Amino acid sequence: MPDAVETIPIRLKVNGKSHSLTVEPRLLLVELLREHLDLTGTHVGCDTTYCGACTVLINGAAVKSCTVFAVQADGAEILTVEGLETDGQLHPIQRAFAECYGLQCGYCTPGLMLATHQLLARNKRPDEKAIRKAIAGNTCRCTGYQNIIKAIQAAARNMDGVQQRSSV
Amino acid sequence: MTLGEPRRWVGHALPRKEENRLLRGRGKFADDIKLRDMLYLRFIRSPYAHANILSIDVSAAEAVPGVICTLTGAEIVPLTQPFIEIGPDPFAKIKDYPLAVSKARYQGEPVVAVVATSPAIADDAAEVVQIEYEALDPLGDGEQALQDKSLLHEEAGTNRVWNGVFEYGDVDRAFKDAAYIVNIDRLHFHRFSSTPLENNVVIAEWNPKDERIYYSCNNSFPSFAIQFLAAHLNVHIDRIRVETSDIGGSFGIKITSYPQMAVCALASKKAGRPIKWVETRSEHMTSSAHGNERTFRDTRVALAKDGVITAITSRHIDDCGAYPRYEPLGCVIWSQVFPGVYRFKNARIDFMQAVTNKCPVGPNRGYSRMQHLWFLERVVDICAHELGIAPDEMRLRNYVRPEEFPYTTPNGCVYDSGNYPKMLQVAKDLIGWDEWKKKQAAARKEGRLLGIGIGTTLDSGTNNFGQSQIVNPGLPYSGNSQGANCKLDIYGEVVVAVGSCPQGQGHETTAAQVVADVLNIHPDLVTVRTGFDTERNVHTGFSGTYASQFAVSGLSAVHGAAQKLKAEMKRLAAFTLQTKEDDLEFSMGAQGPEVRARGNGKSINYWGLANLVNANTAALPPELYEVTLNCRYIWRAPFKVPDKQKKYGNLTLTYASQLHICVVEVDRETFIPRILDYGAVDDCGTVINPPIVEGQVYGATAHGIGAALMENCVYDAVGNMLTSTFSDYTPITAVNMPAVKYGHIETPSPHSYSGAKGMGEGGAAPIHTISAALQDALFASGIVIADSFNNADSLFRAMVAKEIGQAQKLVRVERRV
Repeated sequence: MPDAVETIPIRLKVNGKSHSLTVEPRLLLVELLREHLDLTGTHVGCDTTYCGACTVLINGAAVKSCTVFAVQADGAEILTVEGLETDGQLHPIQRAFAECYGLQCGYCTPGLMLATHQLLARNKRPDEKAIRKAIAGNTCRCTGYQNIIKAIQAAARNMDGVQQRSSV
Repeated sequence: MTLGEPRRWVGHALPRKEENRLLRGRGKFADDIKLRDMLYLRFIRSPYAHANILSIDVSAAEAVPGVICTLTGAEIVPLTQPFIEIGPDPFAKIKDYPLAVSKARYQGEPVVAVVATSPAIADDAAEVVQIEYEALDPLGDGEQALQDKSLLHEEAGTNRVWNGVFEYGDVDRAFKDAAYIVNIDRLHFHRFSSTPLENNVVIAEWNPKDERIYYSCNNSFPSFAIQFLAAHLNVHIDRIRVETSDIGGSFGIKITSYPQMAVCALASKKAGRPIKWVETRSEHMTSSAHGNERTFRDTRVALAKDGVITAITSRHIDDCGAYPRYEPLGCVIWSQVFPGVYRFKNARIDFMQAVTNKCPVGPNRGYSRMQHLWFLERVVDICAHELGIAPDEMRLRNYVRPEEFPYTTPNGCVYDSGNYPKMLQVAKDLIGWDEWKKKQAAARKEGRLLGIGIGTTLDSGTNNFGQSQIVNPGLPYSGNSQGANCKLDIYGEVVVAVGSCPQGQGHETTAAQVVADVLNIHPDLVTVRTGFDTERNVHTGFSGTYASQFAVSGLSAVHGAAQKLKAEMKRLAAFTLQTKEDDLEFSMGAQGPEVRARGNGKSINYWGLANLVNANTAALPPELYEVTLNCRYIWRAPFKVPDKQKKYGNLTLTYASQLHICVVEVDRETFIPRILDYGAVDDCGTVINPPIVEGQVYGATAHGIGAALMENCVYDAVGNMLTSTFSDYTPITAVNMPAVKYGHIETPSPHSYSGAKGMGEGGAAPIHTISAALQDALFASGIVIADSFNNADSLFRAMVAKEIGQAQKLVRVERRV
């Protein structure tokens, strides 16, 4: 039997919005997002850091939120799938997944899009091998990855094009 | 047959309607749902594969603050009936409850449920439940279990769930006349699961106010689940409401979540509040469902001088785990593809199914047919190698020929359409067969182990449930049906509901395409209800999403409902516009979609039509009172009940086919098999939405490659499951999955209104193909590929056994010419 449960205050920013909460030390970041902030777009698939359905960005880095305690995210800026769009306009990664039929059931998709986000921030024109490596920690059981890889290539083209245009 | 209307939308790559919510993180999956006063349930599961339960003490758990109640098997026995058994006596006598009562029969079997105000408290309380077990020797293997030296279910008196002989043609004569007889001692198809990424989830509320049971869950065959649950819980079936919304994959596995659904309802009744249960991945791996494991013994193959197979005899032992549950349907479902893609007429298969102390099996993508198709592909391939006939040539000599369709198999199934030689050619062209043959010859000179394999397989869709009567003549099932409803809502919106239960197959999109063609409107104007709901009143006893059938059963129902609606709209418009029905055209007007009279130019929009029926009814003459603009249609498959004694009859309506070719190299040092090239050719008749079909092919291919090389449900000698996490089970990832070259041909089915054939399961083509490629790579080393699962470890063991002279001789050829 556990003793009376202690709680810890934390502050974090999720999709640009600040939150102050008091949480149990054992609370996982994914539980905080889903159960406390009702951001249910982040999913749980394996509980053991294999499948990446729970991937979010913590300070720009793709992290599996089932393997981070909420208290570890104290002070962090977090981006979840709900924060990808801007004023209702889909992010180029979201558009590319739609155009390339890069999803079926859609359960893995939020995590995959955030893994893609990190990849394209670090490597604007990744080749197929780099893409496969970047999403090796994201399991998809529906698509066989084929259209996901096409979607990531399309997203890279879209985003690169946008950046080139905006820099002119 | 044709659609009867122009196909502006069917056959085209319409973007999926589902994407908007799924890409924005706004999908509604079962675990996303919270109810007022909801409680959380955890199972305490047997650590033993086989054990008597001596005592259960829940007092410490119930004392944990926040724990509301616990539930044990002993408690639920007086409240319920054991689950229905599909099979006949003696196995119909077993008592299957959703919590173990006096005995646990597999590792992970639920024994106690704990209900608390939070998942964490339920976890804490689960830790302090005391259960005393007496471990028993487990039976880990079907063949061993069939000896009945110890029993899983004492009530049955045997571990043999079912036995039947499927015999057709003149087997003895064929063997007498054979030029060659190939004997294969043992082949084995391994256990695996397609492991949907979303685990099982059940939210149940046994509402004390109206005494109804409300489920929000991700079960993928709800109409089957409610039939089992109503009988088990002693309630009127209408008292059970099941809703599903977005489902994160099922691949058949989620058909079997009804025992957990039962426990959640009973716990809700006891607690007086709604209950949520979210399965962990380890629970899913140990105790949701696995695919059927099957062993093929004493196979004899009769061949003519030219390599044409004339007869096969064999003994098949299916291992269904600890409880038959959906079984023993699998004991007959394989016979939908009795001869595979081959022409042989004479065969005798003695089929047996056994219980073992392992996770119960369930329908897993390719259910029961893939095991048999793999067996046949191994037989053809082994015979080709033994007789020195090129594997492609061997197949061409044995394939059912294009001019023979519709082709009646020895057991009375009717293959609707197909062209296997053409698919072989398309697949060869895709990968550059001739080039690879040259590369292979060069590689072999260097001592490299490079093989090219072909797998030809079938995806039989839209079951004739009459085949269940072959398993148990007393069963009340036959044929197949699906329901749909198409209506104009009060303001004239087109709304479609269908009794399917999609998990990523794009049903909202394809259903909208079909309706859009019927009404000549844009699919964006068609709202298709998401998920399944018993309250929509569109389900039949077979509604759900399974067995490769939506393109046929689901879309036929949608098409029928849309045509019915269109006919009603015509009647109403003809009255309003004062013209004849054949003067009317469906088109877009300034105020949205409308019906227009060609003659007088008058038109009425959909709101105007809906208004006449719903709100402005005084204007409606009595002869039009039967028009509701709310049209329910039940599609029924044209089946007859098969001959139960002869096991003869048509068992499925459509036969999509797949032909894969793969090039594999086995590393000489590490024995790691690596795929160098992969081509997949699909034929599912008329295609409704090409990218959706292509996506299903890639997905099924990934499941097959994963199963062939990486994914295996491994148990140790005492029944511990060794692959109970993804880290151990290793589902295929983007770095293991090769780029797949996709091709397709279309042989329209004469058995569906659109020419489409159900697809999606893919017949596990990669498993057959990779086995064949490994066989090609290793035949010269004296290795027979006798298992469907092959990895570096198993290949290393096979090679070493060969080198030290301890390999079993699995194949023996009798030559009579």
